Amino acid sequence: MPDDAPRCFHCGLPIPEGSDYRVEIDGQERRMCCPGCEAVARAIVDGGLESYYRHRTATAPTARELVPEALKDLELYDQPQVQRSFVQAAESAHVKQASLILEGIVCAACVWLNERHVGALPGVIEFRINYSTHRATVKWDDSRIHLSDILRAISEIGYLAHPFDPGRQEALQKKEKAQALKRLAVAGLGAMQVMMVAVALYAGAFSGMEARMQTFFRWVSLVIATPVVLYSARPFFVSALRDLRRLRLGMDVPVALAIGGAYLASTWATLSGRGEIYFDSVTMFTFFLLAGRYLEMAARHKAGQAAEELVKLLPAMATRLTDRGEETVAVADLAPGDRVRVKPGETIPADGRVREGRSSVDESLLTGESLPVPRGPGERVVGGSVNVESPLVITIEKVGEETVLAAIQRLLDRAQSEKPRLAGLADRIAGVFVGVILLLAAGVWWFWWQHDSAEAGWIVLSMLVVTCPCALSLATPAALTAATGSLTRLGVLTTRGHALETLARTTHMVLDKTGTLTEGRLRLETVVPLGGQDETECLRLAAALERASEHPLGAALVKAAPAELPPVEAAVAEAGQGIEGTVGGRRIRIGQPGWVAAFSDSRVPDMQAGDVTEILLGDETGLLAVFRLRDRLRPGAREAIAALRRQGIVPLLYSGDSEAAVAAVARELGIADFCARMRPDDKLAGLRALQARGAVVAMVGDGVNDAPVLAGADVSLAMGTGTQLAQASADMILLSERLGNLPRAVRMARDCLRIIRQNLAWAVLYNAVALPLAAMGYVAPWMAAIGMSGSSLIVVVNALRLNRRYTGPATNPAPSAAGEPVS
Amino acid sequence: MSSLFLLVPLGLLFLGVAIGAFVWAVRSGQFDDLEGPAHRILMDDDDPRIPGRKPDPREERRP
Repeated sequence: MPDDAPRCFHCGLPIPEGSDYRVEIDGQERRMCCPGCEAVARAIVDGGLESYYRHRTATAPTARELVPEALKDLELYDQPQVQRSFVQAAESAHVKQASLILEGIVCAACVWLNERHVGALPGVIEFRINYSTHRATVKWDDSRIHLSDILRAISEIGYLAHPFDPGRQEALQKKEKAQALKRLAVAGLGAMQVMMVAVALYAGAFSGMEARMQTFFRWVSLVIATPVVLYSARPFFVSALRDLRRLRLGMDVPVALAIGGAYLASTWATLSGRGEIYFDSVTMFTFFLLAGRYLEMAARHKAGQAAEELVKLLPAMATRLTDRGEETVAVADLAPGDRVRVKPGETIPADGRVREGRSSVDESLLTGESLPVPRGPGERVVGGSVNVESPLVITIEKVGEETVLAAIQRLLDRAQSEKPRLAGLADRIAGVFVGVILLLAAGVWWFWWQHDSAEAGWIVLSMLVVTCPCALSLATPAALTAATGSLTRLGVLTTRGHALETLARTTHMVLDKTGTLTEGRLRLETVVPLGGQDETECLRLAAALERASEHPLGAALVKAAPAELPPVEAAVAEAGQGIEGTVGGRRIRIGQPGWVAAFSDSRVPDMQAGDVTEILLGDETGLLAVFRLRDRLRPGAREAIAALRRQGIVPLLYSGDSEAAVAAVARELGIADFCARMRPDDKLAGLRALQARGAVVAMVGDGVNDAPVLAGADVSLAMGTGTQLAQASADMILLSERLGNLPRAVRMARDCLRIIRQNLAWAVLYNAVALPLAAMGYVAPWMAAIGMSGSSLIVVVNALRLNRRYTGPATNPAPSAAGEPVS
Repeated sequence: MSSLFLLVPLGLLFLGVAIGAFVWAVRSGQFDDLEGPAHRILMDDDDPRIPGRKPDPREERRP
C-alpha cells in the first residue's frame, strides 16, 4: 500500500478514492474514510471532547456505521430477564450497577474520552474505566436513563461495550489481591521499624547501653514483630500445616519453622530477659518472601482475567423465527428446535443444523481450520463460529451446557485440574533438608538433656535459628524473579511460578500450526495473469470486487492491492463460490476455480496442491488471472525449530488443519512428527501418550481449540495474538510473537535452573558448616546474624547474574520489512 | 535518653496510623488500577475554552 495515500484522521486507514467525508476538528478540516468515522468524529467534536485527538497515542479503531437494527438490539439489554445475569442493584431502588467489557480501547485518551462522554449523560451516576483491564463499571439511575442509552452513547464515539457478569472468580481474585497487599504492607512497615530498633540494639551492644533501655527496645521489637508473624506470615503457616497433614515436607515447612522458631525463641528471650532476639531477621524474611509471592500472583491474575471472555464468543441475542415472524431473543432463552436467522458477520448462537441457505462459516477459533468452511442445508454448524457470506436459517439442536463450546470449556477445566506438576527442585531438597534438621535437632536435644538439661532448650533453638533456611528458601524465588524479569524484557511473560523450571527440563515441544508457526492470516503470494492484462490491473479488479466481502481471502487481496480501486456495480456474492460484479462495463467473476471457469466455459487450469489456496478471476470471454494465497510462516520459524533441536528438544506439529497443509509446513520446517485433522481431545490424548512415555512436554498454541491442550501440558506457551482463553490457560505468553524467543526462553530456563542448583548447593553447604558448630554451642548470636544475612546476600547476587547476561545479546531482530499500516 | 520511653511508643502509634491508612486505601480500591491515573492526570480540561462554545454541561465533579 503506498504511503502517500491520504489517511483517515480518525482511524488512520487510507481514504478511498471518490469519497469525501470531512469534520472540522480544532479549527481544521480533517478528512475521514467513511461515514462511520465521520459520525464518530462529529460526536466527539460536538461533545467538546476534541482534546482526545491531541492526547491520543494511537489511532482509533475504524468506526462501524451505526445500523439502526443493531441499535434496536441494544434495547434488549433493558429487559429485566436479560439484565438478571449482569446487573446488580445498588443502594437505592432506581440505582443499578453493571460491569462492561469495552472494545476498542487503545490508549489512555480513549479512557478519558469514554469517561467524559458517558459521565456527562444525565442519570449516569458513576462511570469508571480500569485502564489495565479495559473493564468499566457503570452506575445509573434507571428512572432517568436506560442501559441501552449508555451503550448507544459508547457506540456513538466508536467503541463497543458488552455487559458481562464479573462472576465469583473476579471477586475472589480481588479479595486475594487486597489481602496480599495488606499483608505485604504490614510486613514491610513492620520490618523497617524493627530494623530501626535493631540498629540501636546493635550499636548498644558495641558501645554499651543501659539494661533497662535494652529491655525496652526488645519489648518494642516484640510488639512490632507480633502482627507481622501472626498476620503477614499466616499464609506460610497455613500451607506448612497443609503440607504436614499430607505428610509432605514442602518449601513452606522450613519457612514456617524458621519464622515460627525464631519468633518463639526471641519472644522467650524477651520475656525471660536472656538470650538473643531475631525479630529483625524474622520480619525482613517475611517481607521478602511475601513480595515475591505478590508479584507472581499479580502476573497470574492478569493472565487469568480473560478466561470468562470465552462466554463472549457467543452473542447475547439471536433472531428467532416463529410463525408470527422474526423476534429478537436472548441466547439464554433459545431451546432445541428453535429456528434462528444468522446474518453474514454474525456469530452462530448455538449448535445446530442449517435449514435454509448456503454460506461459509469461520470455525477457526474452535477448530484451527484457517479458511471458512462451506455449509449448506442439513449440515452441522457449531455455536461460536462466524457466518461469513450469506444469511442462514439454522435449527438449534443443542444449547447451553451441551454445546461444543461448553464441552471445550469443561475439557479445559478438567485438564487444568489434572495438570501434572513436577515437584520443584527446591521443594524436594527442602523436604530432605527439613527432615535431616528435625532429626538432628532431636538428637542434639537428647544429647544436651543428658549433659546440661538447663541449656538444652537454648542450644536447640539457636541451632534451628542458625540453620534458618533463608538462603534455601530464597534460592529459587530469587533466581526465578531475575529470570522472569529478563524474559519479560524479551517479550515473554511468565504467569506461573513453576513454568521456568519445567521448561528447562522439557524434552518434547508440541506446536500448533495456524497462528503459531504461521501468521494465521492469508497473504497474496503470486498473481499469474492468464489473459491480456498485467498483474496490477488484475489485482485491482479482484480487490474492487472483494472490497465488500468479509471473507479472509478477499481481505488478503484488498490488502495487497493499491489504494484506489475502480468502482463496482451490481456485485452479487454467490455463497461458497465467489463474487460477480460489473467493473468498467463488463461482468467479472472472482472465486472458486470451477465457478469462474464455467462463466466463460474455459477449462480449469492445473492447480497446485498443498497449503496454497488458489482463486481465479475471469470474465465471460476467458480467464484473467490466478491468485495464489497462503498463510505465511512466521519469520524466524525455521531457525527457531532448528535451535530447539540443537537444544535436544523434539519438535512435534499437531494441527486441526488438512493433511496437505500440515505436511507442507512440517516439511518446510524439518519437523518429522506431525498429525493433521486433530480435534482438541485428540491433541490432549496425543499429549498424554507422550507424557505416559516419560516425556516432559511443552505446548505452544494460540486458539480456543488449543486451550485444553495448553492446560494439560507440563508447561505451555501461548502466542500474544492468540485468543484470551489460550493465554489464560498458558504458563507463559510470547508477547512479542517472535518464535526466536522460544529457544531463548529454553536457554534462559536452563540457566535459571543451573543458578538455582548453585544457590541450593551453597545454602546446603552453609548449613552443613553452621549446623555442627551451633550444635556444639560455638556460634555466638552475632555470628549467626552475619552468617544468615551473608548467605542470603550471596544467593541473591548470584541470581542477579541471570539479569546481566541477557540484557546484552538479546537484541531483537528488526521487524519485518513489510511495515504494517497502523490500524 | 528517657524521652525515648515516650517517643518510641509515639512512633508505634504512627506506625499503626500508617497501616490503617494503607488498609483504607486498599479497601477503597486505590490499588485496583495502577496504570490509569498516571495517564488520566495528563488529560484535564483546564485548557481555555474556544470562544463561542457553550459551556461544558458537566462542571460538577464526579463522585
